[in-house]
Amino acid sequence: MGITIRGKVFVVDDNIDTDQIIPAEYLTLVPSKVDEYEKLGSYAFIGLPDRYGSFISSGALKTEYPIIIAGENFGCGSSREHAPIALGASGVRVVVAQSYARIFFRNCVATGELYPWETEERLCDLFTTGQEVTLEGDRCVIVNHSLGREYPLRSLGEAGPVIDAGGIFAYARSTGMIPLRSPQSAG
Amino acid sequence: MGMTLTEKIVARAAGRQTVEPGENVWVDVDLLMTHDVCGPGTIGVFKREFGQDAKVWNREKIVLIPDHYIFTNDERANRNVDILREFAHEQDIQYFYDITDRADFKANPDYKGVCHIALAQEGHTRPGEVMFGTDSHTCNAGAFGQFATGIGNTDAGFIMGTGKLLIKVPATMRFVLNGDMPSYLLSKDLILHIIGDISVSGATYRTMEFTGTAVEQMTMDERMTLCNMVIEAGGKNGVIAPDSTTLDYVTSRTKVPFECVHSDDNARFFSDRYYDVSQLEPVVAKPHSPDNRALVRECRDVKVDRVYIGSCTGGKTSDFVNAARLIQGRQVKVPTYLVPATQKVYEDLFTMKLNHQTLSEIFLASGCIEPSAPSCAACLGGPKDTFGRLNEPEVCVSTTNRNFPGRMGNKQAQVYLASAYTAAATALTGFITDPRDFLT
Repeated sequence: MGITIRGKVFVVDDNIDTDQIIPAEYLTLVPSKVDEYEKLGSYAFIGLPDRYGSFISSGALKTEYPIIIAGENFGCGSSREHAPIALGASGVRVVVAQSYARIFFRNCVATGELYPWETEERLCDLFTTGQEVTLEGDRCVIVNHSLGREYPLRSLGEAGPVIDAGGIFAYARSTGMIPLRSPQSAG
Repeated sequence: MGMTLTEKIVARAAGRQTVEPGENVWVDVDLLMTHDVCGPGTIGVFKREFGQDAKVWNREKIVLIPDHYIFTNDERANRNVDILREFAHEQDIQYFYDITDRADFKANPDYKGVCHIALAQEGHTRPGEVMFGTDSHTCNAGAFGQFATGIGNTDAGFIMGTGKLLIKVPATMRFVLNGDMPSYLLSKDLILHIIGDISVSGATYRTMEFTGTAVEQMTMDERMTLCNMVIEAGGKNGVIAPDSTTLDYVTSRTKVPFECVHSDDNARFFSDRYYDVSQLEPVVAKPHSPDNRALVRECRDVKVDRVYIGSCTGGKTSDFVNAARLIQGRQVKVPTYLVPATQKVYEDLFTMKLNHQTLSEIFLASGCIEPSAPSCAACLGGPKDTFGRLNEPEVCVSTTNRNFPGRMGNKQAQVYLASAYTAAATALTGFITDPRDFLT
């Protein structure tokens, strides 16, 4: 949970479902293939209604917004792991939402792709896209430099160490649930 | 203190006497299902983590079902089915429902269609078991009194190699549905009603258990519709206690032994909600959210461009029988798309009769578009050439499960979720129509 990250925020509101994060027509891309992982990133948030503005500049593979600010129930809908992966591949490091859909949250943790932080305050009504913030994982706060204010984050709890480890495989190995990977089987 | 049905299943799978909601436990998995959209990524994770030569934990407990993007010329979609096939052969997976001749699905006897309905049909859904699937509607199988939920590729890759998964024990919300179902109401109306009450996040991290006299009277098809959509309320799993209806269905399809479990009388429930179904009316979920509920009769002025009957939620045999009841002897006013969930449902359209006409004859005589090959099709949009996909900003009444922006294709399209009765009544007028206008 030691992550500290500074950058611009992209702000969305409630119930952003997985079809808006990565529409179904792009699910033919297989995230475990390196080139297709990159491509998934380039389509992140392409299903959002136009009023949110563009998340990735035309022709670019990556976003200029490493931090997503959202309302309630972020990532609802499908179980597609393509959703957190598309965001992660696009350059997003953390999402700060009021709440998450269960499978999306779980997929963030299992993959170690994104930190799904939660806040009590409805930051999506206070922040606007493009504002510069610093998220300090150690102190569990997000500082909005434009507003000159900091806001508390809920502790990631038991999910934190799993994401820090790099996902469920690394975590299961570190706790002895599955054997350590031998060099030959690393594939 | 007693346990709920879900707590009992999780406790058994964790090798424990008891579990408490909120605890994290490692469970032994009875069945892992994956399909062409998430299977290739799951296989990729499995190989990356366990090695190129690794073997799956149990070749008889993994079911591979190509169903999402089958009847398309999208090369990557076709490749993904090839990846499943190669893996099935390499690992000698016992249950792989392959399709090789895409031009004529009937030439592929192994091909089933939509995974959740195929799982039930083929005897893979069994009371008391733990099933995970790389699809959010895996909760459908809870209708058989089992624990079933959707997961991502990474968790699925983990199960592939170990047969285990770390899960949080969900608290159970109980929904007591009592009373006689009115002739114009279907379980789709009930679940849309419930989601409207508790919202699209009202059951997040929790189990939704359905009980009551109305549930006891339901067929397995109707029970599946209830459990299928718990994910639309954020639920982790849905569940209905097994009874004679369940056993009749399951034992005619599998010889695998299983153990039925039920909630204890003194089990602790997170909440209880009671419904008298005899007082409920047909409802739709308006754009763009499954909890945006309205009475069908309040939407009479909504003109629609097409009607879609299909998917794991609304493309079962009973959905087509119900639609045919209204449509028989009448003409549809808008393009009406019929997508049977599975090959078995497709066959039923050509063999089941109402008043001496097959369902297919009824639909074709009424002007519906010829039933398509079974698959997930336009429920989730898919590649541009997918049958029934909303490529234009049209208004669609659909028996599917989600209507967030862009779900069925175009971002400006407006999707109203409805029962097969409401969808059929709407097809007959071109406006959102209460089935009571046609059911006497």
